[in-house]
This record gives sequence, structure tokens and C-alpha cells, in this order.
Amino acid sequence: MADGAGGAVKDGRTIGGVLMDLSNITLRFGGVEAIKDISFDIREGEIRAIIGPNGAGKSSMLNVISGFYVPQEGEVWFRGARRPAMKPYQVARQGIARTFQNIALFEGMSVLDNVMTGRLTQMTAGMAAQALWLGRAEREEVANRERVEKVIDFLEIQHIRKTPVGRLPYGLKKRVELARALAAEPKLLLLDEPMAGMNVEEKEDMSRFILDVNDEFGTTIALIEHDMGVVMDLSDRVVVMDYGRKIGDGTPAEVRSNQEVIDAYLGVAHD
Amino acid sequence: MTHQGGAAAPDSSDVRSVPALLARNVARFGGKPAYREKEFGIWQSWTWSEAAAEIEALALGLLSMGLGVGEHVAISGRNRPALYWAMVAVQRCGAVPVPLYQDAAADEIAYALEHCGAVFVIAGDQEQVDKVAELREGLSGLRHTFYLDPRGMRHYDHTALTAYAEVQAAGRAARETLLPELEARTAALGPDSTCVMLYTSGTTGRPKGVVLSNRNIIETARNSAEFDGLGASDEVLAYLPMAWVGDFIFSIGQAYWTGFCVNCPESADTMMTDLREIGPTYYFAPPRVFETQLTSVMIRMEDAGRLKRWLFDRFMALARRVGPALLDSRPVGLWDRLLYRLGDLVIYGPLKNTLGFSRVRVGYTAGEAIGPEIFDFYRALGINLKQLYGQTEASVFITQQPDGEVRSDTVGVPSPGVELRIGENGEVYYRSPGVFVEYYKNAESTAKTKDAEGWVATGDAGFIEAESGHLRIIDRAKDVGKMADGHLFAPKYVENKLKFYPNILEAVVFGANRDRCCAFVNIDLTAVGNWAERNNIAYASYQELSQHPQVLATIGAHVAEVNRDLAADPMLAGCQVHRFLVLHKELDADDGEMTRTRKVRRGVIGEKYADLIAALYGGKDEIYTETEVTYEDGRKGKIRATLKIQNAEVVPAGTRAMAAE
Repeated sequence: MADGAGGAVKDGRTIGGVLMDLSNITLRFGGVEAIKDISFDIREGEIRAIIGPNGAGKSSMLNVISGFYVPQEGEVWFRGARRPAMKPYQVARQGIARTFQNIALFEGMSVLDNVMTGRLTQMTAGMAAQALWLGRAEREEVANRERVEKVIDFLEIQHIRKTPVGRLPYGLKKRVELARALAAEPKLLLLDEPMAGMNVEEKEDMSRFILDVNDEFGTTIALIEHDMGVVMDLSDRVVVMDYGRKIGDGTPAEVRSNQEVIDAYLGVAHD
Repeated sequence: MTHQGGAAAPDSSDVRSVPALLARNVARFGGKPAYREKEFGIWQSWTWSEAAAEIEALALGLLSMGLGVGEHVAISGRNRPALYWAMVAVQRCGAVPVPLYQDAAADEIAYALEHCGAVFVIAGDQEQVDKVAELREGLSGLRHTFYLDPRGMRHYDHTALTAYAEVQAAGRAARETLLPELEARTAALGPDSTCVMLYTSGTTGRPKGVVLSNRNIIETARNSAEFDGLGASDEVLAYLPMAWVGDFIFSIGQAYWTGFCVNCPESADTMMTDLREIGPTYYFAPPRVFETQLTSVMIRMEDAGRLKRWLFDRFMALARRVGPALLDSRPVGLWDRLLYRLGDLVIYGPLKNTLGFSRVRVGYTAGEAIGPEIFDFYRALGINLKQLYGQTEASVFITQQPDGEVRSDTVGVPSPGVELRIGENGEVYYRSPGVFVEYYKNAESTAKTKDAEGWVATGDAGFIEAESGHLRIIDRAKDVGKMADGHLFAPKYVENKLKFYPNILEAVVFGANRDRCCAFVNIDLTAVGNWAERNNIAYASYQELSQHPQVLATIGAHVAEVNRDLAADPMLAGCQVHRFLVLHKELDADDGEMTRTRKVRRGVIGEKYADLIAALYGGKDEIYTETEVTYEDGRKGKIRATLKIQNAEVVPAGTRAMAAE
């Protein structure tokens, strides 16, 4: 799996050692095997895509990575340590943040407040201290707001800072969700279909933001996406799943020329 | 030079250049904010002393990079303090700043860079750097590019690319060795050295580089600041393109002359919020901006509760009646005054606050005709909105409206120091201390525009009203023609009047060399469709709606109103529209009927709809026509329609109503 030491340089970016290693993962729901004995790794600084037809088990895979599902078999190694079964918030504290396929924001809250919730895991002041705005709570709030403002500036959503999320169009909501995930300063960012339902222009914007996030913050990104063009342009390496199995793994070019992948996507001719 | 400043105004004889004004401001208002910019959600500010230090560091950095006297430096990006500093830093080095439109296409930028032979480009962000990088191969003179926002730039080849902050750091490090040279170069600047070079957009042919001297800028800034009593406590929001001469005069000329503070928005999208937060006292916007704001107010009022709407309607009616009079300090009855006060408390004040106009003391609009209703709306609220008429070649100001003499149909009296003359063909000429030095590397055009005595042709036709001395602009000089009986024919003037009605999207008036005027009208589908919906009028297509008898009657009433207006003006009485028809399709750039910037192409329309024009003049009541249209995907199709031709009420010349005051 982890062939060769890290430190490769691609387009000026540094791809480091293994950040997360998934080995022989099997996930069952009752009698259904959603994921069958899959192994792959995610390296520091890379953009890793998981693709596959509908029902291939991509979202389940992402949920395993995020710690929401605990696989029946196999091991998840994160930052060199084997990860035990954890609660989602513990996973978040470890430095994994995600966005959702169907946006999960607080509709009645402003963009700023939504993004601020991304900082919750970083807040240590107690409830009383926060309510009374005591020393540490104030310092924390200011530091958190600073980080949040940087993210807002980065994703160019200053103009909607005070707008309630419910009033925003879909494309912007997606961007706000990305902002909230970024506010948590994740080591690993998981994006569940970041381009779903977007028009071409919104897709281009989102692609640019994903690349910029990866480049500027050095954030490792794992994403699920349906739009093949986007995936091939964005990712460094691609895992292809079909019916819960891994049928391909490699650079976009390698995956594209893999016969099994072509069959899974285009169907096999029966003549 | 012969002008003497007022007692309070600083003396201009000892200030020979913009950098000299900077030094004066540091001495006079050192600790007062000179620039503000919202960043990370907070307004950051720089005092005059801090700004001067930033400018000096950059200037030293540019010197260390080998910037020579008289060389050109292009500056491209959105309004940010650092880019304004760049302009002055370049001036301090004895070089010439050339601000460019940040949204210009690469080939336009290529032309400007090549034409002025820019040696450096100072770019706002990655997008601007990319545009220059694309062109780099073809540009022999370009030596180095600097960028302000480092985002996304980390992996670029930095052999001829440096961050703004790094140049400043280099400048600070080399201060001891380079400062004498910088001071010498700054001291060598005089009133006649070039202050800035601006490229005019140019509707025809290549853009021209307008060279403006320190004298042009400083004299103009001084005159215009005195005209409106601008002072160090004023605030402006700098959001219009830096390459536009107006922004240079407001944000550098007047700001440096008076010492007022220039505020830069966080981004183009946050402009309205930032406007509200800053509450400028001095504000400029093209008519389009005022129009959009008014529309959004009106739409929101439609959705408001009944009580609020009633209050709004009542108080706006009052405001329309007494607001402008109060602004002009004309007599207003005590009861109306009291009511207006009340209105200010419940409606006008909050509304102005929402619009960001609470503190506006002087507001200007210019660039194109503004609808009288729009203009009156803002004035009724107590916002001192005025019009000015200007050009890049004049360092903006040619005429402007003094307080108390504001009307929507004139552009004001000559600005201080400006002389006006109307040519034989009706073209407006001016001469002023702001008149440009020359078009860069284009002696031929310079000679064509500016004569030996310094008179400049504006290209606009107009006349000076005898009673008020105000200038009225009619049209572009080349569009103005004569009717068969020798009357003045000014189609755009009439079309603009028609277009001020929300129901009318576009109008084309014919009449050159004919005995009377006739017109095509396009309805505005949003406005008319909305009206139809509210009145339960069903229609299946644009075409059907356009020929609906009630629609035709409404448009007819608008035309008649315009005719009455025109009849009141002896010069334009001949331009009254006698007959018109409502077109069955919208005039479209895809069909070649308009330019991409939505200006009608008279020639194309005249040929394409020759049958309709013949019918207008032939006295028919209706006409059947087939028109070829091009769909957005390039396919072509035909639409057929029978158009009804309407006669419009015309006021006979000479019998104009005298009742209206």
C-alpha cells in the first residue's frame, strides 16, 4: 500500500507520508455487505477522490473515514495510530472535518454564526465563562473569529456574512458548508459530493476553492464526486469502487485506462 | 494660476505636485485617517503619516528595482489603499502611473501596456497577474510584475514577479542609500510634470492615453472642492474603477487637496453594506446605481404591510412636493415643514440610513441621462444629489450644478475656471485649467480634439439655456441631424425621455431629413407583464402582449406626455413623435440591432424594418411583417405579426401650454 517514502513534489505541492491508512475494511448492514475488504491510504497534502456508480459504497466509505460507521472488519490508522471506535465529536477533535451531500447547516443562523460553529471543538472555556464573557472566553472568541474571518475572506463570502443561511442559493450554501469545515482547521477534509446540483460556473468556482484550500492551507482532502471531469482534473489519486469492491486505484490517467473501471462505468458490451 | 483660493483654502502656489500635497497633509493632518479598508470584517485605517510611510517604502523599493524617471507603471486591481499608494509612490519616483480597468480583456490591457511601454505592472491579485503573464511574451518593455494579494501565487515563477510587501521591505532596507535620490526626484516634480495617464474607453477606434499634469489635477481638485465646500472632515467611498478619471480626481486629487478620508470596500459585492457602515458625506454614482437602489426600495415596499405602505406613500408624496424646495432653501409653509420633520423621523431618516445616505452632503451623478423621477426621489428625501458633466480630457469637471439650482434636465453651470462655447453645429467646446496635456504618442488626435488656443471639442451637442445659464446636453454631436424643415433632430434625447417610463424598454426615433418624427417602441416585459398580472390580463406571448389595446393606449399616453414636454422647448418642439408602433420583438444584440452595450444601431434597424418605417410614414393603420430572428444557439427563425400603428397626440408648435410653472 504505502509504497515508497513520502515527500513527492507535484506542481510545487508537497505530498507527504501516509496520513490515513485503511486496511481490509469490511462494512455490513445486516446481511448486506456495503464495503468488501477494501484497503487504500490517504497521504498528507493530497486530494484523494473516491468514485463509483450509484450504490457502490462511496458514502459508506466516507462515513467509515469520518468515524460515523465502525467497520466490522479491518483497521483504520490515522496519523500513525490505530483508531479505536470513536464518537463523531472525538473524530472531529482529531482533526477530521466534513461537508454533507445534502447540506446540513443551521438555516436560521447567519453565515458567520454557522461558520463559527466550526470552531466549537477548539473552545475550552466553560459555559459560565462564555456566558459572562470572562477573560479566557473573550480571548478565545476573538481568536476564533479571526480564524473564521480568514476563511470567509478566503472563500469570498464576505457579502453574505450576516445573511441567514436559509436565504442563500444552493451554490453559496455549499460554500458556507465548506467554510464551516475549514474553520475547524482540519488535518483531513472530507467532501461528500461538493459539486452535486451545481451549474458549470458554480462547479468551476468550487473546484478552484478546493484546489486553493489544498494549496494554501496544505489540507489533505478526500472527496466523493460524480462529475468525472471534475474528479480527473482535481485529484492526485483516485479510488474506484463498484458494488462495495475496490476495482481501481491510482492517478487519474491510470484509472481512466483501467479496463475494469471502463466496464463499470460504460457497461460491458454483450454481443 | 490666476485663480486665488478662498481664505480657508490652502494656497496652491507652493504645492507643485501630488507628492508635495502628501507631504503637506502629513504636516497638517498627520494623525488623521487618510485611508480605511475593511478587511476580515473590520475597518482598518491608516493616518496620513502612516500612508506616507507606506508610500515611501514602496517608492524606495521601486527605485531599488531600477524604475527610471519618465517611465510608465501600470496599476490594475480593485480599489485598495495599497494601489492608491502605488500611484503616488510611482509619482514620487518621477515615473508615470497608468491605472487600468481591472475587468479589461487581455488584448485591451496588451494594447495599453505596449502603447505606454510600461516597465512595471502593479497588480491587485492573481487574476490580474495571470492576465499580464499571458501577454508577457509579446511585451518587450515589461521588466517586472508586483502583486498585492499573495493568494494562489506561491508556486508562480518569481524571476520577474515580486510581492508588494517584499518590494516595500526591500525599500525600507535600502532607505539610507536611496532616500536622497528619491527626495531629489520628488522635489524635481513641478506643475507641468505628468501626474497620471488614463486610457479613455473610446467608443470608436483604439483607446487613447490622456496625459494629465499635476497642474490639471491640483487646479481641478481645488476648484471643485471649493465649489462644494469639501473639507478634511469629509468621507468618500472609493468603489468606482481606479482607471476612471473621476475616481482619480475624487480619491486622489480632492482627497489630497482637502485631506479627506478615502474608504475602500471589502469587496465589490459588499459595496452596499460598506456604504451603509461608512456613511460617506460626498458620494458619486452613475444613474444606473441610483436606479437599481430605487427599484429595490420600491419592490420591498410592495411587500410591506398595508400601514407601512400607506405611510410610505403619504410621506413620499409630501416629500416630492416640499423636499426639493427645502433642499434649495426655498420658502415652505410651517405646516409642511412640520410634516416633513415627522416624515424624516418615520420614513426618510430610516430609509436614508438603509441606503447609506444618512450623511451625504454632496452627491453627484453623471455619465448618462438620469430619469427625472429617480432624481427627484433622492432629492425629495433630502439627499443633495446633483449632476455634473465631464470628460477625461477635462480632468472631469466641465459643468456642475450649484446648490439651489438643481434640475434633472440640465448639467449645470461651467465649473470654476471653465469657459464654454457652443460651435456652429451645436457642439460643446470648453477651455479650462484641467484641459489635458496631450494624447500620449498621438499628436494627430491631440490636434483634432484640442485647438491651438486650448479649446477642446466634447463631441456632444448641447445649448446654454438663456435664462439660467445652465448647459443642456442633447445628444452625441454626430447623431444630431436636421429635419426636412430645418428643425433640430435629436433622436437620443427623445428616446431617453421615452425610456424613463418603466413600461418602455427601448425606443428608436426616426426623422432625419423627414417632415416629422415617428418611433418604434419596445415594451419592458417585466413592468408590463407585472401590470398585466395585476389586472388579470391574459397573454400568450410577448407579441400578443405588445399589441394589446390597453398596452398601446398606455404607451400612447407616455408618448403624448413626452410630446408635451418637447413642445415646451422651442429648440426641440420639432422632435415630437407623430406616429409610433410597438415592436413585436425585443431589439437584440444577437440580431445585430443593438451593440453589446445596448446602444441602438440605427442603420441596421432602418434597413431591417424598412417596411415598418414606410408604413409609419405612409399613413397605414396596421402592417403585416415577417422578421428573421437569431436564437441564442445561433439557429434562425421567423416571426410574423400584424402591428397596429398609433397616432400620438402632438402639441402644435408655438401654442405650448404656459400654465405649468
